[in-house]
Amino acid sequence: MRARSIIPLIYILFLMLPIYWLLSMSFKTTGEILSGFTLFPQEFTLENYRVIFTTPSWYWGYINSIIYVSLNTVISVAVALPAAYAFSRYRFLGDKQLFFWLLTNRMAPAAIFALPFLQLYSEVGLFDTHLAVALAHCLFNIPLAVWILEGFMRGVPKELDETAYVDGYSFPRFFIQIFLPTIKAGVGVSAFFCFMFSWVELLLAKTLTAVHAKPIAAEMTKTASSSGYELGLLAAAGALTIIPGAIVIYFVRNYIAKGFALGRV
Amino acid sequence: MKAVNQRAWFFVLPVLLLVAFNALIPLMTVVNYSVQETFGNNLFFWSGLRWFEDLLNSERFHAALGRQFLFTAIILAIEVPLGVIIALSMPRRGPWVSVCLVTMALPMLIPWNVVGAMWNIFTLPDIGLAGYFINETLGIPYDMTQNPMAAWITIIAMDVWHWTSLVVLLAYAGLVSIPDAYYQAAKIDGASNWAVFRFIQLPKMKQVLTIAILLRFMDSFNIYTEIFVLTGGGPGNATTLLSIDLVKLALGQFDLGPAGAMSLIYFAITLLVSWLFYTLMTKDDPK
Amino acid sequence: MAQITLSGLRHSYSPNPQTPEDYALKEINLDWQDGGAYALLGPSGCGKSTLLNIISGLLVPSHGQILFNGKDVTRLAPDKRNIAQVFQFPVIYDTMTVYDNLAFPLRNRGVPEARVKARVTEIADMLEVSDILRKRAAGLSPDAKQKISMGRGLVRDDVNVVMFDEPLTVIDPHLKWKLRSKLKELHQRVRATMIYVTHDQTEALTFADQVVVMQDGDIVQIGSPVDLFERPAHTFVGHFIGSPGMNVLECEMRQGQVLVQGHAVILEGMATGDGGKTQIGIRPEFVRLGPGGLPATVRKVMDVGRHAVVEAMLGKVAVKAVVNGPVPEIGASTGLHFDPAMTRLYRDGRIASTAGGRR
Repeated sequence: MRARSIIPLIYILFLMLPIYWLLSMSFKTTGEILSGFTLFPQEFTLENYRVIFTTPSWYWGYINSIIYVSLNTVISVAVALPAAYAFSRYRFLGDKQLFFWLLTNRMAPAAIFALPFLQLYSEVGLFDTHLAVALAHCLFNIPLAVWILEGFMRGVPKELDETAYVDGYSFPRFFIQIFLPTIKAGVGVSAFFCFMFSWVELLLAKTLTAVHAKPIAAEMTKTASSSGYELGLLAAAGALTIIPGAIVIYFVRNYIAKGFALGRV
Repeated sequence: MKAVNQRAWFFVLPVLLLVAFNALIPLMTVVNYSVQETFGNNLFFWSGLRWFEDLLNSERFHAALGRQFLFTAIILAIEVPLGVIIALSMPRRGPWVSVCLVTMALPMLIPWNVVGAMWNIFTLPDIGLAGYFINETLGIPYDMTQNPMAAWITIIAMDVWHWTSLVVLLAYAGLVSIPDAYYQAAKIDGASNWAVFRFIQLPKMKQVLTIAILLRFMDSFNIYTEIFVLTGGGPGNATTLLSIDLVKLALGQFDLGPAGAMSLIYFAITLLVSWLFYTLMTKDDPK
Repeated sequence: MAQITLSGLRHSYSPNPQTPEDYALKEINLDWQDGGAYALLGPSGCGKSTLLNIISGLLVPSHGQILFNGKDVTRLAPDKRNIAQVFQFPVIYDTMTVYDNLAFPLRNRGVPEARVKARVTEIADMLEVSDILRKRAAGLSPDAKQKISMGRGLVRDDVNVVMFDEPLTVIDPHLKWKLRSKLKELHQRVRATMIYVTHDQTEALTFADQVVVMQDGDIVQIGSPVDLFERPAHTFVGHFIGSPGMNVLECEMRQGQVLVQGHAVILEGMATGDGGKTQIGIRPEFVRLGPGGLPATVRKVMDVGRHAVVEAMLGKVAVKAVVNGPVPEIGASTGLHFDPAMTRLYRDGRIASTAGGRR
């Protein structure tokens, strides 16, 4: 039994290696990086991070990303809640087909939407706004949120609804005061996944933005191609993008096993 | 048991509007482009199925499609068994469980371009940790910007690093849902470890594994950013998978017609194979 | 066949037990004869499942020994002990057919296929599952699945002890009696020692020849169902067994007399012991209502079908009586008569009267 635990250890080591390297690079000067290979930073420096925290085009990248990700999470979960409720409680004309169609959108390659989205969002005047990216990501996140929430809601007995009506609750009051608290784990799980998929997706985020809502990714690719090879800076920028993810995982660590256990991703 | 209520459509309306806006309108645009030809200045001519014929006969498309299927096949063949093995070797309870799960989940929350950039820095021949190690310490020549084989190995290693944890977490969730009594009964029955795996663990993991395989298929088939940042599709077009080719066509060359046709065919393939996978894996389920 | 001896057995789940509370099982010394049908009865948390798992080898006790036929098996693996265990919910291999499920333990031990076939058909017959032998185990009803679980336990020739851990938990109530009789029948045929763990007294009392009543990791009483019903050694047993449970009333001892709320009560025989908190125990089945006797007022009447349970207030204390025939009105005054032969004295919860002497 003890020998078997080597396997997860080796795997975790493998996972940490590139991350360690990224961090190590971020604390090196460009000079040190290009002069040869060093395992640890010989000249430890915070210069790269300083540049990022003091240059608007850099730190705005992060802020923009956080803005549209939060926007998307709120929108996706908010509209998914009533829809999931309807799917879990009622049958209606075309319900199975609608549900299935929603899921197929999750399967679509993002690449096919790149150009059409560019045109569509330009047409409605939303190009280069946070809202554009937030809405675009809805395409994949809403079906996901509906699917997850429906699963959780199915587990809540209808008697709860009926008792509330008998007790005189109006529907909005019932939903907010009684129903939501019972599925708060589900809301947490779907918010987590919406955050995750929106935070990591960059093709559409880059395509729909130019200056004002530009995510951190675009700034990074700009650096990589144009102003020479500032690897240390790139590494620092990348390292900083890991932090929000790490924080979120830490908060949901108790739910990770449980949430996945419902088999809904 | 569920009441019939047509007014439920009101609940679903916001979702419908948002998704339709994002899905139907672009798709209509794509369909539009795929059957027309333009010479600029917004002048379009009907061209029927010409783009589709061209595409299906095009060497470039076949090559990209072939590379894509190869990539996805290799990915599934590595990540699914590997994920299951890791899940099986994890402790079923105890303080280390959440530490393991949290660290394993980390790669999945890194923006995809950073994943590509990270692996880029990691595998640079003379100054990357892995690149240096392989070239200097192991003496094996390795440069993914020059050598297609090296590029392929790198993109596969990167995806395994990126997504195996998904399979691990799902498989693990399936495993811990097995009550102890099953293992106890197997002990009493004198079952071997292999028998325990085959008759107890695997059947109980089937549902989650189906989801894992479907998801990995879909996402690896549609992959774009990580590979684009890491290799740009190169060297040459050695690692130009379908999405990369499509974006090159659509946003790079602005070939609207061929891009439209390719989009539709791409989507159709994804849907078809997903549906096939799903049916095959759930055909034995009692429903 | 196996004689099971538990010697000085104690178990704690924590690595450094300090107080008695840390022990799930306090000192257990027990001798079980071959081929008997035993029940381990007690409320949740009394340690019966712990004891069962120690006997089957799924748990190694922290102190003490367990012997099969005189041989120390305390640390022996389950599959080497010739035991079988049936769990609370059906444990079967979904992907295999019923036949393969039953054959599994035999095949794992390398039994030749001809013998396997003979045994499986024999057991399937006994359990009345012969007609579904070829079916996949996954789609069956819970009681069929549980039968197959039992079958897997019985299919091996060399099984000495079969243990059941609350096996009827998931079975529909109207099918429970069927399975219970099937178990009794199996016991006659197979003649292995059977140990049945449950918190349901009906199951325990109908199945077993000897019942071991447990509470908080201790054995409170061992006896036949009749013994437990008529002479509970402990007020706990009195409460737990019987529906409704025994009436336990505080009493005083004065000048050789037993007084309940000032009224004299006749015991079954001699009172033993000295001091302690004294109570008398009398089952509702042996309480008669009528003129004279201890004065009480009827508070509740519950019709249970075959008889009625009347609850009457003797002062501030409620006393239950089982009444066949006409029932009194609520609020009516009545008198309680305790059958002396069934009235027992308890000191600090333990029985302190002996039978005989008077009538």
